[in-house]
Amino acid sequence: MQVLELKNLVKIYNDSEVKVKAVDNVNLTFEQGEFTAIVGPSGSGKTTLLNLIGGLDASTEGEIIINGTNIGKLKPWELINFRLFNIGFVFQAYNLIPVMTARENVEFIMQLQGVEKKKREKRSMEILSAVGLAERANSRPAKLSGGQQQRVAVARALSTKPKFILADEPTANLDSKSAESLLEIMEKLNKDENITFIFSTHDARVVAKARRVITVEDGHVVSDIKVETDIKS
Amino acid sequence: MIYSVSWRNIWRNRTRSLVIITAVGLGVFAGVFTISFMLGMVNQRIDAVISTEVSNIQIHKPAYLESSETDDYISGIEGIEQSVLSDENVGAVSSRIIANCMIASAETGSGVQIFGVDPSKEREVSDINSRIIEGDYFKGESANQIIIGKKLADKLNVGIRSKVVVTLTEMDGTISGGAFRVAGIFRTSNVLFDESRVYVRSGRLRELLQLEENTAHQIAVSLKNNGTEEIVIKGIKENYPQLSSLSWSDLMPDMKMMNESMGFMMYIVVGIILLALGFGIVNTMLMVILERVKEFGMLMAVGMSRASIFRMVVMESVFLSITGGAIGIGVALLITAITGKTGIDLSFWSDGLNSMGFDSIIYPWIGIDSVIVVTILVIITGITAAIYPAKKAIELNPSESLRIDM
Repeated sequence: MQVLELKNLVKIYNDSEVKVKAVDNVNLTFEQGEFTAIVGPSGSGKTTLLNLIGGLDASTEGEIIINGTNIGKLKPWELINFRLFNIGFVFQAYNLIPVMTARENVEFIMQLQGVEKKKREKRSMEILSAVGLAERANSRPAKLSGGQQQRVAVARALSTKPKFILADEPTANLDSKSAESLLEIMEKLNKDENITFIFSTHDARVVAKARRVITVEDGHVVSDIKVETDIKS
Repeated sequence: MIYSVSWRNIWRNRTRSLVIITAVGLGVFAGVFTISFMLGMVNQRIDAVISTEVSNIQIHKPAYLESSETDDYISGIEGIEQSVLSDENVGAVSSRIIANCMIASAETGSGVQIFGVDPSKEREVSDINSRIIEGDYFKGESANQIIIGKKLADKLNVGIRSKVVVTLTEMDGTISGGAFRVAGIFRTSNVLFDESRVYVRSGRLRELLQLEENTAHQIAVSLKNNGTEEIVIKGIKENYPQLSSLSWSDLMPDMKMMNESMGFMMYIVVGIILLALGFGIVNTMLMVILERVKEFGMLMAVGMSRASIFRMVVMESVFLSITGGAIGIGVALLITAITGKTGIDLSFWSDGLNSMGFDSIIYPWIGIDSVIVVTILVIITGITAAIYPAKKAIELNPSESLRIDM
């Protein structure tokens, strides 16, 4: 089932005198349950592409259709609400709320959605167990390692069972062991919960795990390889 | 959730929050204690006006208020007193014969108002008997006793048992006089009052003025509870429409104005203090926004509405101001409670204060209404101070905010 479609997507930054075309006529579709890595050199437009998909930036041209909704046509408050119920985010710098415990951070988005307390508590403990942090549920981020914080961030993004997760360089700040562990967890959750993962990454370990690798250069998609299919073929 | 997060957020930078909380606390303390000090001062003055100088209500013949002539007297006072006393709000009444006169000692003289009173009734409407500092308040049956103020005694250079001569005009215009012995000397917080008023027995003054029985120039009415003046006056006017009945606030409009304006002026002072503190809170909140740009970007990205972010920032500011405000109000109330019992001795300024009618020992007092108003002002300050920083927070672009390295 198709969850995401990018049609003729263009993003031009007009911040300086020189116009920068960060995303140039990108056409892509994503199916439910994909585990996709968007790769490319720095400045190639990976993060911009991810921000456009997540509705954090507005495209200059083209359409982004998520589950049949053209997010470019949504009003700002509708877009925020759309993100809340459809998209999960994992950031390079974890971005957990420091005054909340791991469990509260996981519950946070469910709270924004208005999920009742008992369900929130049950789901947050389930998902923290899934990322191996049930015993650290009451720890604040400052008491967790980088890898643990990122696992909490993944748990937070997954807690509401979004249509897909956008992960911007999720392993960039992690050591090898933590990165490997995190990737295994995300791969397992992808399979268990059938949630689509789209990564922007430089990390070869992420690419190695991905079942689809999209390479971007100068805002263009230069290759789109579905690993399993292509290997089989 | 937002309240809980906001509360926790203010403790992220404990030192900075404590600094602003302390500043708000000190400012609010200063404002509230100033209010309680000034209100205490004014209330004491009003209490003195009611219990010593004027009483709650005075009844006169209307013409007396204009002319103060001795022939503008009220007749049939016994019936009027009984009628007024039948009102359940009335505690006591006392009829007074009043005349302007000259009082002279062996050395000098002075113009004063002489009050002829029934001592037993007068002590029910006026506490002048409790303000005697030398001698006694009409002890024994002697008709020639006179009670004078300390200031007048000093001016006439007389003491207890000194002889003074009162000269006044009889009803028919004849100049008349009588000799009195100083039986008691009183001192109030109002020097002008002490200098210009003397008390004698009403029988003796009636005799000197050749005034007929069952008459008086003034009936002073003391109420069981302050604040019921209008109800009692309404009853008196219904029964005696030909007489003038005025409350203390009508008789002394300056006191009424002082009472009403003092609270208002104090709120202006508190408002100015809070305005200054508000700028401190704005500065703190702007720093908070600057430090948490990335976090606000994340919150917007994951779906927290701008309205919720706005509310969160406002709540942080309100919590800062309320915490400081509560500490300030609490300390101010504690010190008000303590000094309200012990008093604040300003004896070194007693001459100046007494000349304006104020006590030299101030007992601060504050009502719950003032505390509520200050609390509301503190909350308004917190909200107002957060509007600009909160607006800055919600204007952030989530994708740009997330890119910032902090």
